[in-house]
Amino acid sequence: MGSPEQGDPAFARVSRKEALERHLVLKDGMVFSGEPLGADTDGFGEVVFNTGMTGYQEILTDPSYAGQMVLLTYPLIGNYGINDDDFESDRVQPTALIVREACKSPSNWRSRKTLDKFLCERGVPGIQGVDTRSIAKHIRSAGVTMGMVTSRSVADAQDFLHSVQDYGEQNFVEQVSTSAPYAWGPAGREDLDEPVADYKHKVAVIDCGLKFNILRRLAALSCRSIVLPQSVTAEEVLGWKPDGVLLSPGPGDPVLLGGVMETVRGLFGKVPIFGICLGNQMVAHAIGGKTFKLKFGHRGSNHPVKDLVSGKTTITSQNHGYAVDPSSLVGTGAEVTQVNLNDGTVEGLRHEAYGVISIQYHPEAAPGPWDSRPYFEEFVQRIERAGA
Amino acid sequence: MRKVLVIGSGPIVIGQAAEFDYAGSQACRSLREEGLEVVLINSNPATIMTDLETADRVYIEPLTVEFCERVIAQERPDGLLASLGGQTGLNLATQLAEAGILEDYNVKLLGTSLNTIRLAEDREEFRTLMREIREPVPESWIVESEEQLQELIPRVPYPCIVRPAYTLGGTGGGVASSPDDLWDIGRLGLQLSMRRQVLVERSLLGWKEIEYEVMRDSADNCITICNMENFDPMGVHTGDSIVIAPSQTLSDVEYHILRSASLKIIRALGVEGGCNVQLAVNPNSFDYYVIEVNPRVSRSSALASKATGYPIARVSAKIAIGKTLDEIENAVTKTTKACFEPALDYCVVKIPRWPFDKFTSGDRRLGTQMKATGEVMAIDRTFEGALMKAVRGLEVDTDTLHDPKFSAMDDDDLAEAVRVATDDRLWAICEALRRDWGVQRVRELCRVDPWFLERVEALAKGATVPPAMGFKMVDTCAGEFESKTPYYYSSPDTEDDFVSDTSKPAILVLGSGPIRIGQGIEFDYSCVHCAWELRELGYRSVILNNNPETVSTDFDTADALYFDPVTKEDALHVATHEGVTGVMLQFGGQTAINLADSLESSGLPVMGTSPAAIRAAEDRDLFEQLLTKLEIPKPPGRGVTSADEAVAVARDIGYPVLVRPSFVLGGRAMEIVWNESDLRSYMSAATRASGRAPVLVDRYIIGKEAEVDVISDGVDTLVPGIMEHVERAGVHSGDSMAVYPAVSLTVEEQRQMVRSACLIARELGVKGLMNIQFVVEDGVVYVLEVNPRASRTVPYLSKVTGLPMVKIATRCALGMSLDAQGYRSGVWDPERSEVSEFGLNDSVLSPPDPGLFAVKAPVFSFQKLTLVEPTLGPEMKSTGEVLGIDHSYPSALMKAMLGAGMRFPESGTALITVSNDDKERSVGIARELVAHGFRILATAGTHAHLSKNLIQSQAVSRISEGEDNVLTRVRSGEVSLLINTPSPDRSAEAEAMRIRRVCVESGIPCLTAIDTAEAFIVSLKARRDKARVHCKALDDYFPRVARKNTAAATAIPTES
Ligand SMILES: Nc1ncnc2c1ncn2[C@@H]1O[C@H](COP(=O)(O)OP(=O)(O)O)[C@@H](O)[C@H]1O
Ligand SMILES: Nc1ncnc2c1ncn2[C@@H]1O[C@H](COP(=O)(O)OP(=O)(O)O)[C@@H](O)[C@H]1O
Ligand SMILES: [Mg+2]
Ligand SMILES: [Mg+2]
Repeated sequence: MGSPEQGDPAFARVSRKEALERHLVLKDGMVFSGEPLGADTDGFGEVVFNTGMTGYQEILTDPSYAGQMVLLTYPLIGNYGINDDDFESDRVQPTALIVREACKSPSNWRSRKTLDKFLCERGVPGIQGVDTRSIAKHIRSAGVTMGMVTSRSVADAQDFLHSVQDYGEQNFVEQVSTSAPYAWGPAGREDLDEPVADYKHKVAVIDCGLKFNILRRLAALSCRSIVLPQSVTAEEVLGWKPDGVLLSPGPGDPVLLGGVMETVRGLFGKVPIFGICLGNQMVAHAIGGKTFKLKFGHRGSNHPVKDLVSGKTTITSQNHGYAVDPSSLVGTGAEVTQVNLNDGTVEGLRHEAYGVISIQYHPEAAPGPWDSRPYFEEFVQRIERAGA
Repeated sequence: MRKVLVIGSGPIVIGQAAEFDYAGSQACRSLREEGLEVVLINSNPATIMTDLETADRVYIEPLTVEFCERVIAQERPDGLLASLGGQTGLNLATQLAEAGILEDYNVKLLGTSLNTIRLAEDREEFRTLMREIREPVPESWIVESEEQLQELIPRVPYPCIVRPAYTLGGTGGGVASSPDDLWDIGRLGLQLSMRRQVLVERSLLGWKEIEYEVMRDSADNCITICNMENFDPMGVHTGDSIVIAPSQTLSDVEYHILRSASLKIIRALGVEGGCNVQLAVNPNSFDYYVIEVNPRVSRSSALASKATGYPIARVSAKIAIGKTLDEIENAVTKTTKACFEPALDYCVVKIPRWPFDKFTSGDRRLGTQMKATGEVMAIDRTFEGALMKAVRGLEVDTDTLHDPKFSAMDDDDLAEAVRVATDDRLWAICEALRRDWGVQRVRELCRVDPWFLERVEALAKGATVPPAMGFKMVDTCAGEFESKTPYYYSSPDTEDDFVSDTSKPAILVLGSGPIRIGQGIEFDYSCVHCAWELRELGYRSVILNNNPETVSTDFDTADALYFDPVTKEDALHVATHEGVTGVMLQFGGQTAINLADSLESSGLPVMGTSPAAIRAAEDRDLFEQLLTKLEIPKPPGRGVTSADEAVAVARDIGYPVLVRPSFVLGGRAMEIVWNESDLRSYMSAATRASGRAPVLVDRYIIGKEAEVDVISDGVDTLVPGIMEHVERAGVHSGDSMAVYPAVSLTVEEQRQMVRSACLIARELGVKGLMNIQFVVEDGVVYVLEVNPRASRTVPYLSKVTGLPMVKIATRCALGMSLDAQGYRSGVWDPERSEVSEFGLNDSVLSPPDPGLFAVKAPVFSFQKLTLVEPTLGPEMKSTGEVLGIDHSYPSALMKAMLGAGMRFPESGTALITVSNDDKERSVGIARELVAHGFRILATAGTHAHLSKNLIQSQAVSRISEGEDNVLTRVRSGEVSLLINTPSPDRSAEAEAMRIRRVCVESGIPCLTAIDTAEAFIVSLKARRDKARVHCKALDDYFPRVARKNTAAATAIPTES
């Protein structure tokens, strides 16, 4: 998915010449006009905003943005260019990028190309020169909505937006998950069978939209990750004899992921489990809890989260549109371990009997603050205790 | 915890300016919110923090251990908050603790502990700690004696950096490019460091300089408020650098490597409150070094507060009393907590304001030692927009990046101008880029990051920034949450965050822009009080200002804050947007008053004194007519436009004459001229500085100077008091010591002053404040000038008379009569808290006696400004002021001098060398010095004269006359006091200049006016008789007034 022209003849490629102006059309009727950025195609998806001031390369490659168009509220984007290292997946994940100003002359020792060139290469459209603050404020008050970045007429776009499925109805996890298992160790990506550099623990990672930095963090704690497709069954997972299982973040509404929930349920109590973001929501559902959609989600690098166990507050990196409903956890044996200081939403769970911990935000950061890295250590300690 | 003592930062000096009044006031309010009683000590009267509204008990006393102890003994506070008083507060707290005083009175030091302060301030301990926690610090060598320095010199790589410990604004530091440099800079550094410790460090010149503003609470929660990237790379003090927030050229990884390092560091230090971490970053790798940590609220944190909307000082104060970040409310959104990191959706640019427009002789090169007196900040959605806003706001006679000075240069000179950092290098860089040198070449010269150069190049080549349309809000969260705080900046985006409030009439108050010599924090004080009073009277008060250091730009001072340049266009933009009923100009200094005509002609009503009246006061000819009509004498003189004219005028009024361009502030380009040739050379220079306006030539009247600030409603005029200058006329009013009430003016002279003031105010139809300066000769009181606006002395006078002057003036400006406010024409009597008719009704025989003496003393920053002449003249040079208050004149005088940094040498050697006019009076001075156990050194002339009067002194030869001369004596450290007055004799003067310079640089007290010297003697005596030196809170001097001051009768006045 991404750009709609496949399977929709109505949207043939528009040529550069025509693309002097581009529109961001929202399903609720709002239209914002600006200049083109990136590929000359149309893109559509759920429009969300991120308030981080750095990290656009990580954001653009974060699978959790699949099916969404990302608006960055910081007005000057692309200042340090695109480098070879800061990828969180092999693809550009969002369907379009919305910025106020895209930098044409980046400056950083690692910069290889401009943001525009990168987006063109990856065939992803964008729009620049729009008043991102007013759009963000609109989303804040009206809630997230479907939208389209296009050089075609507003009417066409509106018709199209009313003809397609809403974000919440689609299963993006199938599209972003790895098709085949692979390994990642202290030395980086590894073949499964290759004799690996020595490591302490083996972690099975169920990939629903994994960010590479999760694997990098595990590797830094000398864990070897076996990354498995989202379709994997509990038996298959245990077949890899993992010391622990990590449930990855990912895009979309968790209720659509019955299969994965089944797998998670099958793993409860057998190995230490660590859920991140979507992983946290999977855990909630697997134990009989519920999730709900936030009005405009949490996306940024500055969200304060209070750990109810330690009493400490840390600044976290967040990217989620759904949250766990705490009342639904009553009687499940799970306890809420962390809450968001701004809106009190659930940020962490623990279910001792099942050996599960999970958090709603991104301890792997990338982008964002590194303050929550210790939660990976906690996971490894749990693995060690279970092993002992 | 019941009662807290807060230490202010004292007088404004380069490196420690208004930002500490902003921080201190915010802290005091924050503490009182928590129900604590706040006791404040600060020697700087021109501050909001020393208002009775800000603290419960206000001590305007010298910031010395001695006086702090007396305050502690009297008030018995439970806690001491020092981390908001800048370096002064921190050093004082350290000394109080080391003297065992805190322990004796069991006062708890709040916030950051002494141990932490030491770990951060002591360069050696800091270096050690960094190594322990494996944070990289540049290779460096600690030096604690000249011997160590000696033996280090051959061993270090050059250039290297000298950084003294426990100093501020890089005092005494510098870049040493040779062994000789290192010897000179190093020795000076040792002298100036409170601990005689300097760090000699490997040079990182050219690396990126990045700062992080971080916070930590007692529960170990840590956050960063924002980071900032310096346009000028390492080697230019951050206070002298153009600074951008947030960083622009750091990737997320780099941003968080540095963020994590900063948090790790404050955790290791155990800072509790705000803290500033400076880092040097290699532009070509992940390498970085930790440069320093300031374990306190700093200039940078004021900037960070204004740039993000996060009230760092307010939160720091709460942390200091044990609150944690997750408990404290986000005062901006009111819907979230203080424990978060602001997200900006705009770009902020700060440009420092340097004093070189006044100190034309000053060394304009920038280095590791700060030279700027103030700064402007600009906010916009693009870097280019913010940069150009900042340039416009600087008030340096240009709003473009084009400077003819550089376009006239040949390539070689220009290359030098680009390579060497100076106050106007930005304009040189722009010219180079206009010449197609290309970003790469320019970068090699100035080491500024290409990201910035690319943008400056675009502007150089004619790119324009789109005009401002709507206003956006600074909300700390990039729009994610609804925010209640009306803190705005103009942006080219049409969409508008503005929430109008039509429920009440709005009035715009113009701020005074960046702090510069001649226009300092005093004007911000008045603007703030005006805004407060408007609000109290039920108006919507709207402030426009661009100075991040001030209280006026605090988000909750007015009902709406517009952070934009103070120019006609911006003012009109805001005015139309807010639909204001009028604009208040008289409190924003010359910056605001200069806009009177243009704003009025654009249809914006000016509240208070009419633009016509302002013109009548500032236009030489109109003013002359006015005085003639009122039969008030003024020094003979005329406005001229050519040298010949000038010479002619001087001939018939007689030399010496005082010459100056009209329409300038701070006596800029003003000189006393003794003969025709000097007059001609002045004319050629001055006509340039003065623009359209003519040059004024006045007879220079050598007499007593005095000034008054009056409040008028156009009919009646209230004279709060008369301030007599200690130095005779010829020393700028801003630079002379002044005493209230007058101590040597005759009753008749004072009568004349009151009478003239009332006549002038009525004739001009002044509605609000007016300042008049007088000079007295043979009993005749001449009017020197009239400033139809709030002056520098308003805060000081408000405090010592207990009259809320700005409050009253604001009401007058709105059309309320003095009578309606319970005042009338006459002189204010604080003792009785009523108006005396002295001067208006001859049956009143003497001026009121306020029962106290208040002496204002100027404070200079000569140490920071190399090549600037440290003598007093009609050209203002001071950066700040202190106040000494007591029941006797000598005690008040002594406190003022003490507060101004005078270390009273108990004994020692005084070097006296004075001009012929002053020889006579030098006798008495010398006699007293001898009586106080001083040895006297004197140059030939002075020596002869002293001997003639049977005073022991040792003659020293002039510099030109041999090996052992005045200069070598001063250098040897033998001299502890210099008394030197400039003489017309050029060769003598040339030598004197060198001597004064050396004294200033090595911190030897320098008295350059004979009156000051006499005042010194008076206070030297007072210093000895301790019994007559009191230590009292402001409102203890006249309790009745304190009550009146805070009592606020409020009613919407009838519109004027
Ligand atoms: N090793 C160094 N190499 C080059 N420049 C330096 C070095 N150390 C400090 N500086 C420069 O000197 C300035 C002042 O140093 P600093 O220690 O921060 O003084 P202060 O304590 O007055 O802020 C810094 O802002 C930086 O630009
Ligand atoms: N005719 C004069 N005779 C003696 N001193 C003068 C005369 N005119 C000005 N001065 C001195 O110069 C100083 C500055 O002049 P002023 O008119 O106040 O300039 P500014 O507008 O900068 O305050 C005064 O404070 C006074 O000491
Ligand atoms: Mg510094
Ligand atoms: Mg004056």
